[in-house]
Amino acid sequence: MTQSIAGTTPRHRTISPLLASVGIWLAAGLVMLLLPQVFSSGASLTKLCLMGIMVIFALAYNMLLGQTGMLSFGHAVYYGLGGFFAAHAMMIISGEKLAVPLAAVPLVGALTGLVFGVIFGAASTRRAGTAFAMISLGIVELVAALALVMTGFFGGEQGVSFNRTKALALFGWKFGPQIQVYYLIAGWCFVSMIAMYFITRTPFGRMCLAVRENPERAAFVGYSTQGIRFIAFCLSGAFAGIAGALAAINFEIASNSMLGAQQSGTVLLMAYIGGAGHFAGPIVGAVLITLLQSSLSDITGAWQLYFGIMFILVVMFVPGGLAGLITLHGPIARAGLLPRLAVPYAKALVPGLLLVGGGALIIELTYKLTVERAKTTVLNLGLLQLDAKTALPWIAAVILLAAGAWTLRRLGPGIAEAVAATRAEALARVGA
Amino acid sequence: MIRMIARRTVFGVALAGLTALAMPVRAQDTIKIAYIDPLSGGGATVGEHGVHHFQFLVDKVNAAGGVLGGKKLELITYDNKSSPQETLLQAQKAIDSGAKFITQGNGSNVALALTDFVAKHNERNPDKQVLFLNYAAVDPALTNAKCNYWHFRWDADADIKMQALTSFMKTRPEIKKVYVIGQDYSFGQAVRVSARSMLKEKRPDIEFVGDELHPVLKVTDFSPYIAKIKASGADSVITGNWAQDLALLLKAAADAGLQANWYTYYAGGAGGPTSVRQTGLEHRVFQISEWHSNVEGAEMQNLNADFRKKYSGSGWWYLRAKNEMDMLVKAIEQAKSVDAAKVAAALEDMRFKDAIGAEVWMRKDDHQLFQDLYISSFGPGVAVDEEGTGWGWKTVAKVDAKDTITKTVCKMDRPS
Amino acid sequence: MLELVVFSTLNGLQYGVLLFLLASGLTLIFSMMGVLNFAHASFYMLGAYLGYQITRTIGYWPGLLIAPLAVGLLGAGVERFCLRLVHRHGHVAELLFTFGLAFVIEEVVVVLWGRVPLDYRVPALLDFPAFTLWDTTYPAYKLFMLVISVAIFVALLLLLTRTRVGLIIQASLTHPNMVAMLGHNVPRIFMMVFGAGAALAGLAGAIAGPALVTQPSMAALLGPILFVVVVFGGLGSLAGAFIASLIIGLVQTFAIAVNVSLNDVFLPLGISLPAPAVLGDLWNATLAQLGPVIPYLLLVLMLVFRPTGLMGTRET
Repeated sequence: MTQSIAGTTPRHRTISPLLASVGIWLAAGLVMLLLPQVFSSGASLTKLCLMGIMVIFALAYNMLLGQTGMLSFGHAVYYGLGGFFAAHAMMIISGEKLAVPLAAVPLVGALTGLVFGVIFGAASTRRAGTAFAMISLGIVELVAALALVMTGFFGGEQGVSFNRTKALALFGWKFGPQIQVYYLIAGWCFVSMIAMYFITRTPFGRMCLAVRENPERAAFVGYSTQGIRFIAFCLSGAFAGIAGALAAINFEIASNSMLGAQQSGTVLLMAYIGGAGHFAGPIVGAVLITLLQSSLSDITGAWQLYFGIMFILVVMFVPGGLAGLITLHGPIARAGLLPRLAVPYAKALVPGLLLVGGGALIIELTYKLTVERAKTTVLNLGLLQLDAKTALPWIAAVILLAAGAWTLRRLGPGIAEAVAATRAEALARVGA
Repeated sequence: MIRMIARRTVFGVALAGLTALAMPVRAQDTIKIAYIDPLSGGGATVGEHGVHHFQFLVDKVNAAGGVLGGKKLELITYDNKSSPQETLLQAQKAIDSGAKFITQGNGSNVALALTDFVAKHNERNPDKQVLFLNYAAVDPALTNAKCNYWHFRWDADADIKMQALTSFMKTRPEIKKVYVIGQDYSFGQAVRVSARSMLKEKRPDIEFVGDELHPVLKVTDFSPYIAKIKASGADSVITGNWAQDLALLLKAAADAGLQANWYTYYAGGAGGPTSVRQTGLEHRVFQISEWHSNVEGAEMQNLNADFRKKYSGSGWWYLRAKNEMDMLVKAIEQAKSVDAAKVAAALEDMRFKDAIGAEVWMRKDDHQLFQDLYISSFGPGVAVDEEGTGWGWKTVAKVDAKDTITKTVCKMDRPS
Repeated sequence: MLELVVFSTLNGLQYGVLLFLLASGLTLIFSMMGVLNFAHASFYMLGAYLGYQITRTIGYWPGLLIAPLAVGLLGAGVERFCLRLVHRHGHVAELLFTFGLAFVIEEVVVVLWGRVPLDYRVPALLDFPAFTLWDTTYPAYKLFMLVISVAIFVALLLLLTRTRVGLIIQASLTHPNMVAMLGHNVPRIFMMVFGAGAALAGLAGAIAGPALVTQPSMAALLGPILFVVVVFGGLGSLAGAFIASLIIGLVQTFAIAVNVSLNDVFLPLGISLPAPAVLGDLWNATLAQLGPVIPYLLLVLMLVFRPTGLMGTRET
């Protein structure tokens, strides 16, 4: 978890790091360019737009959590304010008929995030750790409550809505169709990703890591930890502001829910589940959770419960997040030892599926019996129809769960050992 | 290392995307009606009861053979958590899943955002147009300054209701001091303004002793507000509160033993009747609505009875939902299509004989439905009671549809 | 006017002592284990829901006893089997764990009891007006809440200052290593304190459930206010938590009663703000409207200018 962001390229590689880096970014850009061609339905496009926005927001958040070790419960303040100021900017642009293209509006968000980052950061970054977390919580509640009072600017419960097509049209792009908005978001997402990545490579980025790992030593070296925290905070606010402005453009509304504690919680979940210790972690988290949010909620009404359980499991057992899991296998893959793990993983797969299946079945049956009782108590699993009012499905679910848990508990240590052994061997082979 | 992750990330994203994005679009064999309202939080009780209403109506239409010669209706529900932005997200989802009609009602703030969204969506996606069928959001702006061709409202707007309510209050000489309390958003503000101006005109002798806006659906204990009302010496309270905000307000009033007359829009909502019964305010809580359980008319009486059987005693609230569904079906049949523009054209100016045998009219100028309104009071001695309290609604005044017609400033752009 | 003052005071006190029931556990856990327990308000919610369920099956009074015990047991279990596991990943992980736990508890409540508020009624025994002043009645149940909360405060204070267990707890607040060296099982003390804190929250839930609304968002509504109380009062200080609870309770209640805005205050002094300024809303908002803002303003100001809180001895 510690060395990964600074991660070095193994010496035996022949391709220059710079070239490889450019290659990766080109590939990422190409993927973002082509995604809507592959997934062209309206629903997919909606999801892709949300993903782009959340990727920026989660990465911005991770500049605090992952890179500088500051846990914030209120980062939606900068996201939300960025959205509101962008919305007002749009209204001024369309009202005064200013020659400003829509693509420039996220700059307003960035500036807003930066300014408020400076204001609130000056007060909150004087402290670290839990105190900082508490202040961030206080600020988000304060801003959310104030926003409801200052209805002139924030539009009260209604929010501020505007029409995004009223800005200056460049090359005939009026941003009416969602696909054009996607490319706007993707463009900003690409640029922000690169910018944030290169910030981690600068001396300042390295100092952030030092502040996270050992603030005392960082201070002895001669750096002001408070100053580093403050700069990281402001930069993070600026990128969050970009994300907020893009969200406002996407929905054509900025509303109170954008700057509340809930939005702050969501981005925390994304960054952490994805893996706060890696640059790419929040990207994985943002993509995955946005997908889950929209897809899982169509399948089950209890989706948020799965979500919460997933988060807790990650905190308890995989503190490195999903990206942490992937990097764990990095050396193994490089050494070509992945096939060796096939057997242990296959062994874990069966009880794992039993466990997940049994647990999910219990949740779904309960849900049918409580929330959806008035509709139907029959759980439709395609081929199988289970009535939650009968005992059989419940017994089956408990057996599945118990069998899965028992087997996994027996096999678990062995599998973990196999992974550790393989990794050790791989490391020895690659010589990293 | 970082490159490894990035590469894997891209791969993982693509893989995850493949599975989740490429979910097959289901065959368009039903006509989808999207219901977007709060199904969690303080508005959930009311939102959920609305689902029951529409599900009941959809089932009825389907049982009778559907529309357009056998096509079935399908209700899909979305939780907007009372937030405008969430509503737009859900509306987009609904449209993406093929919904042609969106119905919403709880929260004018939400409705204002939604009507804006639908208008923009229809302009930009002429091949995927949808209609917004509003069954309860009553901010007058929706059929005035913010009106558009794709929005239709089945509930009387806040001004129409306030006109009727204040005309009734005019006949009650015991009213001397009035307190207005409402939710702090567009609808609550509209109620506050119209109550003041209309009462001032009709009963200049009435004194306004208080005027309060509180956070929407967030207050869990109204005792401090009740103490304030009590201290003001008000004999009557006007409120547009709904859902939890009304039930808890009345509950706190019951706890403090506040003896005042209540002039409300939504005292019939969940929890309201129970609280009124608890206070013992016999026939002192008034409600204005287009229907209540004791309005005559066998069709609605039977429907109410069936509904209560199905949903363990909770009563039917919305004649307007029934009107909405009936008129929608009629319009679809007339248009012989579910195309939004065609159905809208059929709905415009439609005159319809509703389930209690009265004629209702969807005005073409602003898409506002005009209907008879009933002012009723809550107390004993009625045929059908509410929430098992033994008390029920009794009509004290009826306002004919023709007397509710108001001017509109709506200038609608019609698709050519 | 006097009537308004008296009833606002009563309402404020009653809300304040309810806050204290929650804050007392939270502040102990926080100062002892360094864990800001995000799930504390969720235990309060669980108390209300379990209380409701037991009321439905057995009766209100058994519920008042069983629900807090069950929640306390659950809390101890959470500490023993989860939090202790997470502890080795550091404070941030612990904080995140309780954050996730709050999320899960809310969703479990939704799955078990639905999203709609429950019809949790005041027991018939206490469903009468306790007294009438200026023909406003004060419900007996609220008086009951007031009395119970004060009784618990006194009991807690006695327990911590007068008993051996209390002394050990106080010692492990400040010197956990020393206490362990003296042969006490510090992890077990942690578990017990966590369980007791959860039980207190559960009790608060069981008594507040019928008076306030028993619904899935009740934890999220109260949670942030709790943190305000704990930080405002000062870490590890029960007396501070008590005073802060009362202050927040009274401030929130009295704010609603006051219809004065900044404009009203400054206008007689000849200071006025040009009307359509962005800050105009703030300037013209009455204190009643600003009510929800005040606690958080206090929190931020306190953290920035006096990080030890009102009565705390060390920084957050």
